[in-house]
Amino acid sequence: MKGVMVVVSVAALLLTVVPAFLVLHGILSWEAHARLMFLGMLLWFGSAPFTLRKSSKER
Amino acid sequence: MNPKSNSLASRLDAMYEYDREPVDESRTQGFSSFLGIYAGEHVAGTEFVLGPLFVVHGVTAGDLFIGLIIGNILAVLSWAFLCAPIAVRCRLTLYWQLRKICGPYLTYAYSIVNALMFCFLAGAMIAVAATAVGLPFKMPMPELNDIYPGSVSWVLIVVAVGSIVTLLAILGFEKISVFSKICAPWMFLVFVAAGIAVLPSLGCHSLSDFWRVANEKIWTGVPVEGQTQFTIWHVTFFAWFANLAMHIGMSDLTILRYARKWQYGFASATGMFLGHFVAWIASGILCAAASGTVAPGPIAYLGAGVAGAVCVVIAGWTTANPTLYRAGLAFQVATPNWKRWKVTLATGAATTVAACFPALVMKLMDFVALYGLLLMPMGAVILVDYWVFPRLGMARNFTELRKGMLSVPALLSWMGSIGISFLLPLEIYFKALPAWFVAVFIYIVLSFVEQKYYREGDAVL
Repeated sequence: MKGVMVVVSVAALLLTVVPAFLVLHGILSWEAHARLMFLGMLLWFGSAPFTLRKSSKER
Repeated sequence: MNPKSNSLASRLDAMYEYDREPVDESRTQGFSSFLGIYAGEHVAGTEFVLGPLFVVHGVTAGDLFIGLIIGNILAVLSWAFLCAPIAVRCRLTLYWQLRKICGPYLTYAYSIVNALMFCFLAGAMIAVAATAVGLPFKMPMPELNDIYPGSVSWVLIVVAVGSIVTLLAILGFEKISVFSKICAPWMFLVFVAAGIAVLPSLGCHSLSDFWRVANEKIWTGVPVEGQTQFTIWHVTFFAWFANLAMHIGMSDLTILRYARKWQYGFASATGMFLGHFVAWIASGILCAAASGTVAPGPIAYLGAGVAGAVCVVIAGWTTANPTLYRAGLAFQVATPNWKRWKVTLATGAATTVAACFPALVMKLMDFVALYGLLLMPMGAVILVDYWVFPRLGMARNFTELRKGMLSVPALLSWMGSIGISFLLPLEIYFKALPAWFVAVFIYIVLSFVEQKYYREGDAVL
């Protein structure tokens, strides 16, 4: 389960930052970038509490 | 010692009772913990305001980049060479370190000044969050030169945000502190993404265009009307002293006392270069893309849509909440018959009223500089007491040694250095450096006289 959450968290961060570079190079519209960032936000707050909490418990 | 003063000291001590002993070696933490702590702490709501203010002050791109690099390196060196070595040798919080050197009265005065500064900072962050909450309500945004509230909707939204922040502060801040750590990596990437996504609107279509656009459209070297012109010196000193209270002012003794080695002070580089370099640059780009608008909500929405607006709310909220909680805690010492919730409620209400005034956000740079200047002299006192006194044959922690309630040399060093710094014909960003030397000089001279007096009188030594 933890592995899945880590993958989702990483995907969330990639969805947050990668679309902006695609906008810069004219590959993606600003509206699509904003929607992907919103999706990234939902995925991050859905997964990060479990990922980060487990990491801190392990520490 | 009269009963009243004894009671004040004991109330204050009771608040920090848990941290009275030096941290045990077994509880110290590794380097990576400090990398995370500093990265999380310095990517905050204030970054959405400070980056745009460099743009409106007409700094050039070259001055900004070089000034930020030099200033941030100086800040990291201040943490590593001034704060961390004392932190790992004494392993005490700032409160107990000051208590030994200055006595409970002065430590109490310091706590109150710190709490007042916390209130203003929390107020600024409530206002920052309000600029994002107001977006769907088409609320008129505060402008750069606004001092007073500009509309009823602004006041209503600030009061609503302030009420929620205060309510959460009454409930405690541990869970919000955990939530804030979860937000940190995402918030940093929102800054970066928002800044990059608006570059095409400024005529930049690849990273190779960036430097040209930075000079022509973003940091143009022309200040907005009514704003002072910033130079590389302003940028360097502001970046160095943005956290003056924490490094040279020694507030971070409380954090770095958990470090295994003094070299962990270099971990502050993550906070400086992610928060006070990348995030300031990103928010500056957003300000330029928004044609000079400095309200954080609209500029973040412009770069990242709903995620950007949510980021501003979270950044403002997670910064305001623990700040308000700590301010309430400090004020509680002055009102012993009040329950903590009542003190926090009163503190939150006063902070929310202050947040209604947009000047608190628009003058954030001046406020940050003042905050550091007011608290820094105590750091100079701690540094001198620890390193210089033994070399001069003087006693460390003299107030504790003589069982005193107040160190007059420390008090006069604090007041004198601030007073003299205000007489100097310098902008507020530059006053702290001469003030530090004044504080050191006054504290050494007066402590020498004080210790000589007590020795001759054979009072305690």
